[in-house]
Amino acid sequence: MQTAVLGGFVAAAMAPLLHRWFGSRAPLVMSLLPASLAVWLIGQWPVIASGDVLLLEQAWVPGLDITLTFMIDGLAWLFAMLITVIGALVLVYTGEYLRGHRDLPRFLVVITAFMMSMLGLVLADNLVTLFVFWELTSITSYLLIGFNHTDLAARKAALQGLLVTVGGGLALLAGFVLLALAGDSWSLHELVQRGDLLRGHDLYTPLLICVLLGAFTKSAQFPFHFWLPNAMAAPTPVSAYLHSATMVKAGVYLLARLHPALGGTESWVITLSLVGAVTMATGAFLAMQHTNVKKLLAYSTVMGLGTLTMLLGIGTEKALVAFAVFLLAHSLYKGALFMVAGILDHETGTKDVTAMGGLRHLMPATAIVAGVAGLSLAGLPPLLGFVGKELMLTSVLESSSWRLLILLLAFTAAFLTLAVAAIIVLRPFFGKRQDTPRPPHDPSRVMLAGPGLLAALSLLFGLVPGLLDPVVGAVVAGIGAPEAKVHLALWHGLNLPLALSLASLALGLTTYRFWDRLRAGLTRLAPLTRRGPEAGYDALMAGLVILADGQTRFLQNGYIRNYLVMTLLVLLGLVGHAFFFRHGLAPDVTLSIYFHEAVTAGLMIAGAVAACVMRSRLAAVAALGVMGFSIALTFVLFSAPDLAITQLLVETLTVILLVLVLFRLPHFATLSTPTERLRDLLVASLTGGLITLLMLAVLSGERLPRISDYMVANSQPLGHGHNIVNVILVDFRALDTLGEMFVLALAAIGVFAMLRFHAAPGEGVDRDGRRNLASTEDDHG
Amino acid sequence: MGRSGTLILNVAARLLLPLQLLFSMFLLLRGHDEPGGGFIAGLVASGAFALYLFAQGPRALSEMLKVSPRDLIGMGLLLGVLSTLPAWWAGDPFFTAQWWTIPIIDFKASTPLIFDIGVYLVVVGSVLTAITALVETDQDEYDPTDYDQADHDQTH
Amino acid sequence: MEPLMAITIGILFAAAIYMMLRRSIVKLVIGLILLSNAANLLIFATAGMVRGAPPLVPKGMTAPEAAVADPLPQALVLTAIVIAFGVLSFAVVLVRRAWEIVGADDLDQMKDTDT
Repeated sequence: MQTAVLGGFVAAAMAPLLHRWFGSRAPLVMSLLPASLAVWLIGQWPVIASGDVLLLEQAWVPGLDITLTFMIDGLAWLFAMLITVIGALVLVYTGEYLRGHRDLPRFLVVITAFMMSMLGLVLADNLVTLFVFWELTSITSYLLIGFNHTDLAARKAALQGLLVTVGGGLALLAGFVLLALAGDSWSLHELVQRGDLLRGHDLYTPLLICVLLGAFTKSAQFPFHFWLPNAMAAPTPVSAYLHSATMVKAGVYLLARLHPALGGTESWVITLSLVGAVTMATGAFLAMQHTNVKKLLAYSTVMGLGTLTMLLGIGTEKALVAFAVFLLAHSLYKGALFMVAGILDHETGTKDVTAMGGLRHLMPATAIVAGVAGLSLAGLPPLLGFVGKELMLTSVLESSSWRLLILLLAFTAAFLTLAVAAIIVLRPFFGKRQDTPRPPHDPSRVMLAGPGLLAALSLLFGLVPGLLDPVVGAVVAGIGAPEAKVHLALWHGLNLPLALSLASLALGLTTYRFWDRLRAGLTRLAPLTRRGPEAGYDALMAGLVILADGQTRFLQNGYIRNYLVMTLLVLLGLVGHAFFFRHGLAPDVTLSIYFHEAVTAGLMIAGAVAACVMRSRLAAVAALGVMGFSIALTFVLFSAPDLAITQLLVETLTVILLVLVLFRLPHFATLSTPTERLRDLLVASLTGGLITLLMLAVLSGERLPRISDYMVANSQPLGHGHNIVNVILVDFRALDTLGEMFVLALAAIGVFAMLRFHAAPGEGVDRDGRRNLASTEDDHG
Repeated sequence: MGRSGTLILNVAARLLLPLQLLFSMFLLLRGHDEPGGGFIAGLVASGAFALYLFAQGPRALSEMLKVSPRDLIGMGLLLGVLSTLPAWWAGDPFFTAQWWTIPIIDFKASTPLIFDIGVYLVVVGSVLTAITALVETDQDEYDPTDYDQADHDQTH
Repeated sequence: MEPLMAITIGILFAAAIYMMLRRSIVKLVIGLILLSNAANLLIFATAGMVRGAPPLVPKGMTAPEAAVADPLPQALVLTAIVIAFGVLSFAVVLVRRAWEIVGADDLDQMKDTDT
């Protein structure tokens, strides 16, 4: 399976090639990949159904305890099935939706990579691996949302989605590290068995906050819900995929996965159920003011995600069963409805539901699919959505804390969702026929296949919910209710949830009836909703830009000496502080010195100082030579014959180099004011002084065992050489030397390239090379 | 380019070059046991070639060298990398030194020696690449009478 | 010798930094040469300076009889000297090309040439 997922990335890279071979049929060919993975998953079902966890072990970075192990239990299996099956359908659908689109190959690359990242995310057992795939989904979804990169809104939405989810990802990384510390394992299947240890740990609260931040941003929970509707700038197949089965469900997946490890505490229950319920109501309420069919669906997705979070928060056995059923139901109807929305857009040329009407006569097949999926969204029998909604209301009635508030929010969300479903289905397909930009008709069978199949599944599982018993049982077994006995049914008799359902039906239809008037009222409230979290995000981004701009202007002002002074002052401050306050001034060195050595040092100083103050370039080069030869002499005096020879030879070559280059350069110029020189002298002297003090401190400090003792002892026995320096260079540390050879080679090639390839074709180094070159450069500038 | 230096320089450069090259070889081969080695020998050889370059001009140098100094860099890097491979052959970790004694002349051949020759070639090649490029550019820019059409086309 | 070397190296560093802070590009090159020499000396001297004991194994022996100078910093400095030369040649040629194209020897005037 690891091979399949990693191979999937390779397949993604090959998509342009497939496109060249198969043309517009490439998406169909591509869909074979998720389809075959789905078949493999079905083949593993007996293992999962028997309650076992399938562990596919694979080491990755053993030294850091990072594995590529995949763990497949009921939850991972259900998610993986949704990802592969809906993925295959979306690819088939894409073949029609983006037929002939210029960027189809790019789309295939990114969506396949996304699919594999998502699959890796739900299958990963190691926290680090999970995080890597988590971030990969953020990046690939960024590319998918911004697919129409010429559209400013799409780019902005993509960036917003990326920043919100990756910002949460950062918190998640911290959370994972804390989780691994607290649970003493990076492996999920071990962590979920250490729930009591984790819940009692001191780090529980911070790690919970971090993990929840990651999950809430990814799953667009309030107050991070705003990026999701904006992400509707993506092409419809992307929306269908990202918002039905994948991306946004990653956060919910993570919460469910960690439920046995972290769930059940008071903070978990209250946070999740309240955030979830508020998200539900917010999503459903905000949907009311939109007429764009994709926005309506997006807000209902926010509502669906809120529901899932809330159910995990409640965390009773019933709630977990409801979670599993609602998850499946939502994926099926939302996938179908998004694809229907794409068909409407594709066939009529508009996304505005108020601009459509009476389409059922022209697009009967689409109308049926939309109707079935819409009924499931509305939570009406005999569809899976109804089963899910009944279970949801039952578990809310059982919730322990804040029951009334959550019930109120859930009920509001339920009837508003019903209204949304009515808007999406009744508006375009019923009522008075309206003219649309394009004459509508049913799309091809290929395009209808995806939504049709999903809607049919919604209906099938709704009519015979018993079919799902083993799957739901396996899922809840993995997330904290191993003993649960699952018996799903469409009809539970006359009870309170049914009464609530009926009430929400009545209220929902009423809302739909007065929707136009309600919308007008909501538009008047718009200034209020505009002050929501999104405004906070915008302000934050604007502030960040101002901050970055300011600090760039301040720090990176283009004056090389400012960079140097800044760096040196920081160095002086930090190292000097540490030196004086931790170490203290304690130079404890005895001075043993001969006269000729002192003269050598004096010559060095004289050469260096002279090189600085000389007014002529030749004198400066000569002064440098004096210094260089004194250094060579020092190497001779202090037992370094190889260094002395090298220094002498390099000194000679340096003079040649400087003669060749320096005298082609202008004369020394005095460009600075005396004040500037004084300032520079101060900084330079301080740094030099610090280095002197540091060196004295090092010399008087305790000598640690030298690594070179080994080299001295083994130079002859192991290296067969009597010159230890050379043995180090070519044997003990030969890899370093190899690297240095490459540096030298690169420097030489750089010199050659700068001197010989400086002119672009046509400009040329001609007889009067320099002037000509300068003038062409000016033309370009 | 004509002889740019004086007569003494010309003669000295021509006579000194073989001696200096011989000396650099000596330094290279003895480097493992006494002061010397690839870096030092390479610098000596570069100095010798640089002297020749100043005396006889870049074209004379390239005619004598037969190969471009840039090819020397490539060969040196190749030797350096190749010297890592015999260890692989012998089943030792990457870069482990291998020693063979050539029987008749009792000479110790080894991968460190091959590596040192690689260092030598890289040093010679790098220094010569930089210096010849500088000298040739100067000629192109300041010595238009000695302008070489073929060379010019090559640089494009 | 080491304390005197510490002071010498400090002065070398100060000189190098002072020259690198100048606006003239030629002085920048001088500063670069000073800096690489100062750094080489620092590494060499910090390991301890020993008189008359080069790190060589006498013929016919497997290890030096008495303590010898630390060979490791010597190996480091040896490559550093050669590389410093390579980097220096790159830097001077870069400066020269910059001067040829921009025609200014004042670093401040080179600040906005890329626009």
